[in-house]
Amino acid sequence: MPDTHHPAAQLPDRLTGWFAAQGWAPHSHQLAMMATPGDRLLIAPTGGGKTLAGFLPTLAAACGGLGPGLHTLYASPLKALTHDIGRNLARPVADLGLEVRIEDRTGDTGATTRARQRVDPPHILLTTPESLALMLSYSEAPRIFGQLRHVVIDEIHALAESQRGEQLMLGLARLRRLAPGLQVAGLSATVEDPAALAGFMGGAQIIRADPGPAPDIAMLPTTLTPPWSGAGGAYAARDVIDAIAAARLTLVFINTRAQAELFFQALWAVNDANLPIALHHGSLSRDARRKVEGAMAAGDLRAVVATGSLDLGLDWGDVDLVIQIGAPKNVKRLVQRIGRANHRYDAPSRARIVPANRFEVIECVAALQAVAAGELDGDARGAGGLDVLCQHLLLLACAGPLDPVPLFHEIRTAGPYANLSRAAFDDCLDFVATGGYALRAYDRWQRLVQRGGLWHLRDPRAAKAIRMNIGTIVAPELLSVRRGPRGGAPLGQIEESFAASLMPGDTFLIGGQTVRYDRLRDMVVEVTPQPARQPKIAVFNGLKMATSTELSARLLALIGAPDDWGALPDHTREWLVLQSEISVLPCPGTMTCESFARAGRWYFAIYSFAGRNANQTLGLLLTHRMEGAGLDPLGFVATDYALLIWSLEPVRDPAPLLNPEGLREGLGDWLAENAVMKRSFRAVATVAGLLQRNLPGARKSGKQATFSSDILYDTLRKYDPDHLLLRVTRDAAMRGLADFGRVEEMLRTRPEIVHVLPPHVTPFAAPLMLEAGRVPIRASGAARLIEQEAEAMMREAGLQMGNAG
Amino acid sequence: MTDCPLTFANQHFVARASGALFWPAQDALIVADLHLGKSERMARRGGALLPPYDVIETLARLEGELSATGARRLIALGDSFDDDLAAPALMPALLRLAARCDVTWIAGNHDPQAQGLPGRTLPERQIAGIAFRHIAQDNPDISGHYHPKLMFAGQRVAVFLAGAQHLILPAFGTYTGGLDCSDPVLTALVPQGCAILTGRAARMVPFPLPPRRRARPARRALPI
Repeated sequence: MPDTHHPAAQLPDRLTGWFAAQGWAPHSHQLAMMATPGDRLLIAPTGGGKTLAGFLPTLAAACGGLGPGLHTLYASPLKALTHDIGRNLARPVADLGLEVRIEDRTGDTGATTRARQRVDPPHILLTTPESLALMLSYSEAPRIFGQLRHVVIDEIHALAESQRGEQLMLGLARLRRLAPGLQVAGLSATVEDPAALAGFMGGAQIIRADPGPAPDIAMLPTTLTPPWSGAGGAYAARDVIDAIAAARLTLVFINTRAQAELFFQALWAVNDANLPIALHHGSLSRDARRKVEGAMAAGDLRAVVATGSLDLGLDWGDVDLVIQIGAPKNVKRLVQRIGRANHRYDAPSRARIVPANRFEVIECVAALQAVAAGELDGDARGAGGLDVLCQHLLLLACAGPLDPVPLFHEIRTAGPYANLSRAAFDDCLDFVATGGYALRAYDRWQRLVQRGGLWHLRDPRAAKAIRMNIGTIVAPELLSVRRGPRGGAPLGQIEESFAASLMPGDTFLIGGQTVRYDRLRDMVVEVTPQPARQPKIAVFNGLKMATSTELSARLLALIGAPDDWGALPDHTREWLVLQSEISVLPCPGTMTCESFARAGRWYFAIYSFAGRNANQTLGLLLTHRMEGAGLDPLGFVATDYALLIWSLEPVRDPAPLLNPEGLREGLGDWLAENAVMKRSFRAVATVAGLLQRNLPGARKSGKQATFSSDILYDTLRKYDPDHLLLRVTRDAAMRGLADFGRVEEMLRTRPEIVHVLPPHVTPFAAPLMLEAGRVPIRASGAARLIEQEAEAMMREAGLQMGNAG
Repeated sequence: MTDCPLTFANQHFVARASGALFWPAQDALIVADLHLGKSERMARRGGALLPPYDVIETLARLEGELSATGARRLIALGDSFDDDLAAPALMPALLRLAARCDVTWIAGNHDPQAQGLPGRTLPERQIAGIAFRHIAQDNPDISGHYHPKLMFAGQRVAVFLAGAQHLILPAFGTYTGGLDCSDPVLTALVPQGCAILTGRAARMVPFPLPPRRRARPARRALPI
């Protein structure tokens, strides 16, 4: 009698034989995935055979022959992954002669194939969250998914960090209802809180793979000391190229695309041996990226400089060294990146970190200590977004009438919505049906109408437009930048909001060169290269990765504990000692601030360690309050670690400025008027279906008809301030761009304000004065800008007002 | 709010920061492109349910302008309604408007056949040698339709566009976008003239905008 408790016993002989023929033995976590009933979450490092583990049950079933209909659905965040997986699965299927049809279904799939898949789905469908949402909006959904046995969700740790994951979990809740008994496998890289991730899936048995040997990770020794400020890491280019020369294949990670470009240039300049190295980031064309990926897989490269675009699980080549340029900002991400070195599961990953400046040296040491201690960080997930739920409800209504009571229970089976209140659900349904306005204006024209207790789409023709709006990624409006008037060479794209902030004559950086803004014509930004000039304005585009709360806390603790400074390089230790002599060192529990004068300006530095976004918000709030106190602030700069404000009058007592009530009050007024909030509203309103996504080409034709979402925001604020979308917008801004939660947490956990009046610039403040990205304070506001400009122009033109005809 | 005086076709006007035009000699307020009922029209066609406050907001601003100027006549230069079906639902508000002043509704491309409006409904109207119509045509005329906008000081601002032959008003309606003044249609109508910015204050600037002069080295470069 076979031992049914032994996992291996469940693998069919054909499959075991195929494994043996490949010279492989299944890992125990792969067999555990096979043996564990119900939903499972597999936590395994890169190279642990995660994907195969997810598909084993399907392959095992296929050995006995699959019936007609869709058997297994695979969802991943990347289209490229679905192609990869399709290729990888094709091999065992062909070798074993299995009767299995595998197809992918993404935004790239042609209309004919899509239409056929709705009638005759394959056995295994490889797809993305958006494409699944689309399929679920068809009335055929019950037939397509009725036979479904398995769902495999790849890179679930990455999906869980975005609204795409929320959308996928809502789709999963629907699948569970269409196909009861469905088994779900979540596949994840190492995460700080597997139980939370299992909860995100709606509950699952956690299976942990052997994490493998501890990584070999350290700082890369550099010949030059790191600079005081900046983020480029160019000072270490020669050390990095030497490390590349000594390894087989190196992945060089850097935090932003602009930095990747600059660092690649710096590497190229010292690449005396002409090593084949390449660049890979999301702003490059798809062809360029594919070429690099291909060359890497073929073993033609020695190094690739990359941003997050390589973070997810594509398997290429034999990477044996990972170099991280700049502080990792987040320990979990560092660990996941290290995992990319050495895809051989049993050998340690080798990684080196290069801090970009002095503060980052401390952050890197703190991050290494966290890795050694096995501590990961991560912000606790908030509840699922109500804007995503609104979109989901609208899409389900396209598939068929909605029955609110069972639907509410279905939604609550999705992990992110497990605690959704009936009131919030009703709000969303009301928004989708009527707009949810205090003024009930659309009785005759509701989107959904109730008949016999069910909500129907009033106008079935609307389904097409609703489906066009699928997805939770709202890209900023981009404008192309061209050289010279009329069809000059294209240089790249910038965000519309950034373009709107430019005045003719302003200079900015694009594609590695400095250009002067001339004019905006037909949605094209026309510029003239100005190689000799320093760019006046740093590109300032939204959310930058901020140092995590946990890592910031470790960093602050390390600074405050001189006994532990042995871990720091000499130059950094000396810098800390100097700071303690001239001023004070920040330490946990205290909020350290300095006021000092230099060159006719007063400077106020606050060592908040709250992350870049929160510090920026704090900067805007504090300067606003300083304006009120008559201190005449002129500008500020925010880093992950500190905030520096300059003004005409000194800050003598920071306590009233930092009063939490006052700040919160300021937030209400300031935030509501702020461009950050309006941008946030645009995203929320687009996801929720109030705004139609701007489709390519649609914009130019309908200029008079389309109007800015800011108008809707202002109108809602005036007439309907408690509207669902405004509530969602406020919550989103507090967590994301404004990150006010961290400002509040900082004020709570560090109540003791220490204010020092050093005689001159301090060692900690000096690097801040060199930081790029200064934000000028235009207290007079946009209206006054226009007046000054108008007056100046009239004066220059020698014109008098009043007579045009 | 700061007004901007303006002479067009030998008549004196006042451009208001709101985007309305006041004509003291005729005691008339002129507005263009109210697009009343836009949100309802989108809803009727099964589109998004926009915040339904555009009518309230537009009419409140219009009544505010009538009070501020004391105008006893109102000329709406077409596209007053987002379509011909919009007006009936708004009748109480329109009657209230007609009760306080003499209203002329010029037809626009959105509302070519509006029926039963309180006041006069005309395809176009001539007063003091100036034509009032929806789309600029023969000289001289005052019109709307294009919703002109100008990129200025980093912002996109609704403007009056005035040349020798045409005066084009910005859209007064709340839910309206705009056409950039650099569009060939507008530069053909107003090759040379001025734009009046709306918003907090009405401000006149030359149109087209002159290239902005930077600190010029010329003066100090002169060798003595």
